[in-house]
Amino acid sequence: MAKSKLIKESKGDRIFNGVNLAFVTLFLLMVLYPLIYILSCSFSDPHLVANGEVWLYPRGFNLEGYQRVFEDSDIMIGYANTIFYTVVGTLINLLLTLPAGYALSKKFPGRNIIMTIFFITMYFGGGMIPTYLLIRDMELYNTRLVLLLMGAVGVYNVIIARTFFANTPKDLEEAAIIDGASTLRTFVQVVIPISKALIGVLTLYYAVGHWNSYFNAMIYLRDDWKKPLQLFLRNILISEELSSAMSDMANDSEAMAEAERLKQLLKYSVIIVSSLPLLITYPFLQKYFDKGVLIGSIKG
Amino acid sequence: MLMKAVGQKQLSMQKSVPAIPLTRKSLWKRIVENKALYLFLLPSVVYLLIFHYIPMYGIQIAFQNFNPALGFSKSPWVGLQHFEDFVSGYYFWTTLRNTLTISFYSLLTFPIPIILALMLNEVQNYKYKKFVQTVLYAPHFISTVVLIGMVTIILSPSTGIVNHFLAMLGFERQYFMIQPKAFKHIYVWSGVWQGSGWSAIIYLAALSAVDPELHEAATIDGASRLQRIRYINIPTIRPTIIILLIMKIGSMVSIGYEKAYLLQNDLNLEMSEIISTYVYRRGLLNASYSFSTAVSLFNSAINIILLVIANFVARKVSETSLF
Repeated sequence: MAKSKLIKESKGDRIFNGVNLAFVTLFLLMVLYPLIYILSCSFSDPHLVANGEVWLYPRGFNLEGYQRVFEDSDIMIGYANTIFYTVVGTLINLLLTLPAGYALSKKFPGRNIIMTIFFITMYFGGGMIPTYLLIRDMELYNTRLVLLLMGAVGVYNVIIARTFFANTPKDLEEAAIIDGASTLRTFVQVVIPISKALIGVLTLYYAVGHWNSYFNAMIYLRDDWKKPLQLFLRNILISEELSSAMSDMANDSEAMAEAERLKQLLKYSVIIVSSLPLLITYPFLQKYFDKGVLIGSIKG
Repeated sequence: MLMKAVGQKQLSMQKSVPAIPLTRKSLWKRIVENKALYLFLLPSVVYLLIFHYIPMYGIQIAFQNFNPALGFSKSPWVGLQHFEDFVSGYYFWTTLRNTLTISFYSLLTFPIPIILALMLNEVQNYKYKKFVQTVLYAPHFISTVVLIGMVTIILSPSTGIVNHFLAMLGFERQYFMIQPKAFKHIYVWSGVWQGSGWSAIIYLAALSAVDPELHEAATIDGASRLQRIRYINIPTIRPTIIILLIMKIGSMVSIGYEKAYLLQNDLNLEMSEIISTYVYRRGLLNASYSFSTAVSLFNSAINIILLVIANFVARKVSETSLF
């Protein structure tokens, strides 16, 4: 706070503060506005939305959009699939990443070789087609497993974990080992319980990745009932935009106009329903990624 | 992106300090002692070998006329034919031009998160600063599909708010999503909207490492806020900026196909087809496996060349480098 400063601020500094605050607020509004706009539209009468009469707060309060989202079987199947892929996928991620990061924070013969195996994949990969051929040869095509296994280890996340473990105090660990605990037991019972910040951040990173990805599902899944939410969202939000815009120009029959109205209605609420879980989770973990884990990786 | 650079840098620093064991044990004994650690690493290494290294081996199909029925070993070799076909083909210049346009345009927005972090760092009301940060991070958690969905909604010619506004001012309604010229602006600025706050985190973290005594001393000497930012804050985060810039340049040409693909439609394809989406279209939709692998390899080669050049220049100019 300015008042608690020992040295009184000059006039120039006060002007600076004002201008700076104005710019920061401008940026804030530019980021915030589209979010508020979509949120308000989702609670508004679709006619008023389409006519551009909603631009800040909801008008003609209406929950039909949300009702339609929860009645839509495609969206609900996608939602359930996404929850499955996110929960199981993230568990697999953590089960692989945490032990790997822990091991790489120790010294042992061959560590540099293994490290190199990890690193090369950050800069070079087989690319889309050879990966696709591999998945097909392994008969993973059109299986749920493919979405759980692809990206099972994020090398950056292993590095974050490694840095975190390397910087945590070793007293407890050493005590456990002197007491005769095995490495596995020390890791599970001593190290993991004091690594909540790391686990929180990794869970967030991985979960966001699973929740939001669509490309692998688009390439590797054929059956609709296995598809995640993002693919259904794509159909609602993007693919049909062209056809709907074209039907706007044609003379709409009453029924088509009604169908169009419902789709317009669904659009806003489905965005909110699909994005909300992540948007309400991350502020609780924000304290970790502002300081803790990232700072650790900068200072080394 | 954030963690890439930092982790990499830090790791290369550690590597340069050789470990000196206090007591020299036999190699075998040290391996046995650490057997649990090898087991910890085993699943990850197996995963990487299967899902990353086997596809790297599969790149050889770029030099073959790959036939799935014959497999890698029996498919006929054709040398550089696919590369020649690509370079002499119609799509070479189109996709290369589009890729480079988007890359350089995106690169121009690189300073935005830095400026944002420097400004946020000067906000003195802690609660307001936290609130702004929370809001600015939010778009990062929105999926690409939803992001493009929002763009589509907002820019819709008949119902979008932008066009309502244009119409109100007496301009003609525009169908931005199918205009080839609008593609690059939509691509880059939706990225700025989504990513600036999140990218600022790493700079904010670096700024929190500035020694407060430096600022106190400078203030006593009569330095203004702007001077302190220029001579204390910016030099402090300079290494971070350079590392991230090298990373950015190194991945410049590998533009995410996920977003570009969603923004594409038949009408804007002349400006929106980039190398990576072309690989997808030719490779998976047309099943030209060998050709598109060659195109993808061409793309990776440009990336690696750019990365090495950027790293070299950074090392010469600033003594900060990735490797």
